[in-house]
Amino acid sequence: MKERTSEKILLIISFSAIISLLLITIFIFVQGMPLIFKVGLKNFFSTHWAPTKGNFGILSMIVGSLLVTFGALIIGVPLSLACSIFLAEFAPPPVQKILKPIIELLAGIPSVVYGFIGIVILVPLIRNTLGGSGFSVLTASIILGIMILPTIVSISYDSLVAVPQTYREGSYALGATKWQTVLMVLFPSARSGIIAAIILGMGRAIGETMAVIMIAGNALKIPGSILDPVRTITSTIALELGYSTGDHRAALFACGSILFIIIVLLNIIAIKIARRE
Amino acid sequence: MAKNPNIKINVQGGGSTAGIQAVFNKTCAIGTSSRYLEPSEQSLHTYTMAIDGIAIIIHPSNPITNLTHDALKDIFSGRITNWKDVGGPDKKIIIVTREEGSGTRGAFEDLIMHKTAISDACLVQDSNGAIRETIAITPQAIGYISAGLVDERVKPLSIDDIYPSVENFENGEYKFIRPFLLLTKDEPTGVVKSFIEYILSSEAQKILQHEGLIPVSIINNERTNL
Repeated sequence: MKERTSEKILLIISFSAIISLLLITIFIFVQGMPLIFKVGLKNFFSTHWAPTKGNFGILSMIVGSLLVTFGALIIGVPLSLACSIFLAEFAPPPVQKILKPIIELLAGIPSVVYGFIGIVILVPLIRNTLGGSGFSVLTASIILGIMILPTIVSISYDSLVAVPQTYREGSYALGATKWQTVLMVLFPSARSGIIAAIILGMGRAIGETMAVIMIAGNALKIPGSILDPVRTITSTIALELGYSTGDHRAALFACGSILFIIIVLLNIIAIKIARRE
Repeated sequence: MAKNPNIKINVQGGGSTAGIQAVFNKTCAIGTSSRYLEPSEQSLHTYTMAIDGIAIIIHPSNPITNLTHDALKDIFSGRITNWKDVGGPDKKIIIVTREEGSGTRGAFEDLIMHKTAISDACLVQDSNGAIRETIAITPQAIGYISAGLVDERVKPLSIDDIYPSVENFENGEYKFIRPFLLLTKDEPTGVVKSFIEYILSSEAQKILQHEGLIPVSIINNERTNL
């Protein structure tokens, strides 16, 4: 009897998480979608954003979000994978004991601190070495690439460690070197875990707001090079929500809906890739 | 506060439009705005508490000290893109502006840009402080902030040879000024009334002056009446 009650309570609690997700989704769509139909898809997916003057084009922000997210993955994924392979397979135990908590600590640094470091160090560095204003796609990608490190490292490390020891021994018995074992045995066996790690890292990058606002420059023009400033969807919502009223406010919720759809699509694509044999 | 220990004042930020909306929704007793009211918002009671100038600022290393109003418009609309076209060094101009809906941006558009749109290629920052910071670290940058917030890390420009100084705000030579408004939905009564009276008193006006704003008592009435 007691067990059944606690089971019920746990069930209700777990459902409350799903329900709040559902309520958030419904709320965002109800607030945002009517505007898209009111102004028309052509206006909404144009590149001209001036919501106080009736132009609601969010295309440049969609491009901006995708650019900085993929930029972050290009910088972050190789670093994270190298790091997790080193930690799981090559690092001597004392090194591993120091390195792993330090990398996990990166996840605990508030994003405004990353943004601050970006604005004080990276922005002037990029402006002086590569040109442009320093507020750019590249700057945002580098900072985001570092921000997604701990997520990808810790999950792919766990999935690499979870590969049974017998697989490694079998591989060595066939004469494979350590590196060949990593590439041909461990990676394929840990693949789903590694892809899950990348998906979570991608979610963090596309949703990151504060650091991006501080270093991306937030210009509304579609960037012509990686040294041009860029505006993401989340930046627009955070920058303008405090000031917005009426249609402008609804447009920001519509931005949120589009962001939601993009994230779901990216996840579906990533899962499809993961399952393909 | 020490004189009136029984009165609590809760202050919330969020921008001019938020301040106006909050009065309409009755979520606050007094709203504030740093821009003039739109025609649809005219039903509110307004009290001008101070006048603030909008200063155009650049990096101190930039040799330029003056721009014409037309050149300024051309820079912000993206027609002039190099400092050499306005007599400066051969460097690309980096423009910094505020986000859509900001009171300072609204005032800048009304007073300086008129009907011309601000270029999409501008960097956008979300506060006076963030714009000042961006300009302080970017040698080619230009932007606009509240004149009361100009400090030694940035250089204010004269427009049509008129420097954004307190004297020029007061004598009306510098045209790019805007009001800081107190707003109420109904005729103020009780503590709301006494708070507004206090803000307009010479004691409070001195504090505002100390913060770099222009007290309303100095500006002639014609301009403060909306």
